[in-house]
Amino acid sequence: MSAALRDPRDRGGPAQPLLRVDRLTKHFPVRGGLLNRQVATVQAVDDVSFSVRKGETLGIVGESGCGKSTTARLLMRLIQPDAGEVVFDGDEVGHRQGISVSDMRRQMQMVFQDSYSSLNPRMTMAESIAYAPRMHGLGRREAYERAENLLSRVGLNPLQYARRYPHELSGGQRQRVNIARALALEPRLVILDEAVAALDKSVEAQVLNLLSDLKDSFSLTYLFISHDLNVVEYMSDRVMVMYLGRVVEAGPVESIYRRPRHPYTRALFASKPTLDPDRRTTEMPLTGDPPNPINPPSGCRFRTRCGFAMPVCAASLPPLDVPFEDAADDSHVVACHVPAAQLGHRTGVRHG
Amino acid sequence: MVDDPVLRVEDLTVRFVRRGVDVAAVNGVDFSLAAGETLTILGESGSGKSVSLKALMGLLPVYAGVSGKVWLNGQEILGLPAAALAKLRGGAVSMIFQEPMAALDPVYTIGEQIAETIVQHEGCDKRTAMRRALDLLEMVKIPSAARRLKNFPHEMSGGMRQRAMIALALACKPSVLLADEPTTALDVTVQIQILLLLRQLQEELGMAIVFVTHDVGAAAEISDRIAVMYAGRFVETGTAREVMRQARHPYTLGLLSSTVHGGMRGRALETIPGSPPNMAALPPGCPFAPRCRYAMEACRQGAIPVVTTPTGAMARCVRAREMVEA
Repeated sequence: MSAALRDPRDRGGPAQPLLRVDRLTKHFPVRGGLLNRQVATVQAVDDVSFSVRKGETLGIVGESGCGKSTTARLLMRLIQPDAGEVVFDGDEVGHRQGISVSDMRRQMQMVFQDSYSSLNPRMTMAESIAYAPRMHGLGRREAYERAENLLSRVGLNPLQYARRYPHELSGGQRQRVNIARALALEPRLVILDEAVAALDKSVEAQVLNLLSDLKDSFSLTYLFISHDLNVVEYMSDRVMVMYLGRVVEAGPVESIYRRPRHPYTRALFASKPTLDPDRRTTEMPLTGDPPNPINPPSGCRFRTRCGFAMPVCAASLPPLDVPFEDAADDSHVVACHVPAAQLGHRTGVRHG
Repeated sequence: MVDDPVLRVEDLTVRFVRRGVDVAAVNGVDFSLAAGETLTILGESGSGKSVSLKALMGLLPVYAGVSGKVWLNGQEILGLPAAALAKLRGGAVSMIFQEPMAALDPVYTIGEQIAETIVQHEGCDKRTAMRRALDLLEMVKIPSAARRLKNFPHEMSGGMRQRAMIALALACKPSVLLADEPTTALDVTVQIQILLLLRQLQEELGMAIVFVTHDVGAAAEISDRIAVMYAGRFVETGTAREVMRQARHPYTLGLLSSTVHGGMRGRALETIPGSPPNMAALPPGCPFAPRCRYAMEACRQGAIPVVTTPTGAMARCVRAREMVEA
C-alpha cells in the first residue's frame, strides 16, 4: 500500500477510487429482414456502475452473456460505450479536460483468455513484450532490456524464451508472456478477462500465485473477471455479480460469499460442485439456461427463473441498493425487490 | 472387483506414429465397469483420457496403433470389422461430447437425427421412431419437447443442445455411455443440471458411464470410482471418496491441492512445478518423477510397482504406502 502512495502518478490519494464507472451502457443492434433494419437490441451492458479502489482486486462473476467481458472491453475502449462515464483516478476518460484514451491505456492493460490468439505469431516473445514500450517512445535497447527483465519476473528464463515464437510455448507459458506484456507499460490497473480459464488446474494455480506476487511487487490493482466462483473468491477483495447485462449484487468478498442476498447469487453459489462425494448436490438450484440478452424480461431480468418473483418484479427494475435491514453497512448492495427477510437465510434457492 | 462387467478393458495402448515421431498416448489402461456404475477418468490435457475413449469407440484415425483387449457385454470389440463396429456405436455403446454444436448435424432437425439413429439400429418405421424421439426429449427434460423436436441445433441454447445430444446417445438404450467432458463448456448453473440429469437417467436406465473430465468438482459430483490419468496411464484409482480424501499418488495430491476451492483466501496455492512430459519421449520409470517432490532414485528406473489396498484402490507409486501415513 505504501508503495502505491509514493506513486507519482497517483493524483487523488488513496481515498479516491482508481476507476469509477458510472451508468455504463452498451446496446448492440441486431439487424435482419429484407432492408437490414434493426430488428432487436442486445442489451449487453445496461446501466452498470461500480468503482475499483486503489490496490484492491475487484472480481466480476457471472455466466456467459452476462456482460462481464463487454464491460472489460468498454473500459479499454476496444468498443465505444453508448452512454456512461469512466473516471480514471479523477480524470474522465475521453473528456477534453480529462485523460485521453491512449493515456488511459498506458495505465490500464488487459490479459485475455486465449493466450495464443492474443500474441502475434510472427513476433518473438521479447518483440511482443517490447512492442508497446517502443511505440510509446522507449529506445530499442531499453525496451528489450525491459522485456527480458519482465520475462524473468513472470518465471520464464529470458535466455531460453526471449527468442521463441508463440507456437513453441505451452498455454501456461504463453499466458505468462501475455501477463509480462500487459506489465510492459507499467500500468496501474490490469484487467484479467478469464485469464486462467483455459489453463489446466495445476497450471492455473501457478499463474494465480504469479498474479498475486506481481500485484504486491508492482503495486497493481486488478479487475478480475471469471466464471469460476472459487477462483474469484480466492483472488478478490470485493465482488460484483452480473446477470444479463446488469449488476445484481456487489460487496466485500466475505459478505457476498457467506451471505449472498440476491436469489441469483444464491443459485449461482448453490450450483458450485461441492467437492465432497458424501454431500452431493441433490436439487437443481436453477432450471434452464440464462435467457437470451436480446429483449430481456421486463423489470428484474432474473424474475423468469426466480422462485421468489412477485408482480412488482415484472413491473419495475429493482435499484442496486443497500438492503433495508443492513442500513449500517453500505458496502454490500443488492438489486432485488424481495425483502431479504422473505428470502430466508438458506443459501440454496428452490425453483418455484 | 466387479463380478459381471459390462465393459472390461485390458492393457489398452494407443500409439501415434507419424513422420518418425512416436507418441505413446495411452500406455496400458485396465478397468472394468458394472451396469449402473460411473467411472470418471480425471486428467489434464494431453493425459490420454479422450484418446482412450475414442479408442474404445474405434474413432481414432487409421494411423493410430491401438492394441489391448476390450470386452463389451462379453464380446471382444477391439479389431471388429467396420460394419460390426458401426452397429455397436449408437447401439450398445454411445458417446457424448464437449461441443454438441460440432457433434450434431446442423442441417437436420433434432427429431430427424434421433429418429434416424433409431431406424438404423432397430429397423422400425419412421413414425414410431419420431414418437420415441419425442419421449426421449421429454426424458432429458427439454421443455415443450414437441416443438423442440422440429428445431435445428442452432436454434437451441447450449444446455438444451447438450440435453438433445444426451437424448440422441440414449436413443437405443446403450449399456455403456462414454461422456467426453460433456459439462466443460457449460455455465455452472447448467453444468449441475446436466450432472444431475445424467445421475438420474443412469438410475432409471441402468447404463454404465465412463465420464472423462479435468474438473475435480464434476468428478466428485458424479463418480462412483475415479481413475486419475497421467501420461497415458492410470496412476491412481479408487472410489470417489478414497481418491478425494485419501489420495496416495503425489500427482493426485498435487492436482487436488492446486484446485482452488472455498476458504483458501490468503494462502498461496500449492502447485505442481513444471509441466506434463513430452509424450513422444517419456522418461524411464515414473513419468511424474521429474515434477514430484517425493521422487527417489527408484522412481527413475524401471517399471513402477502397483500398490493396491484391500478395498481395491490402486496407486502406481513407489512410495504409495508411505503417502498414506504422511
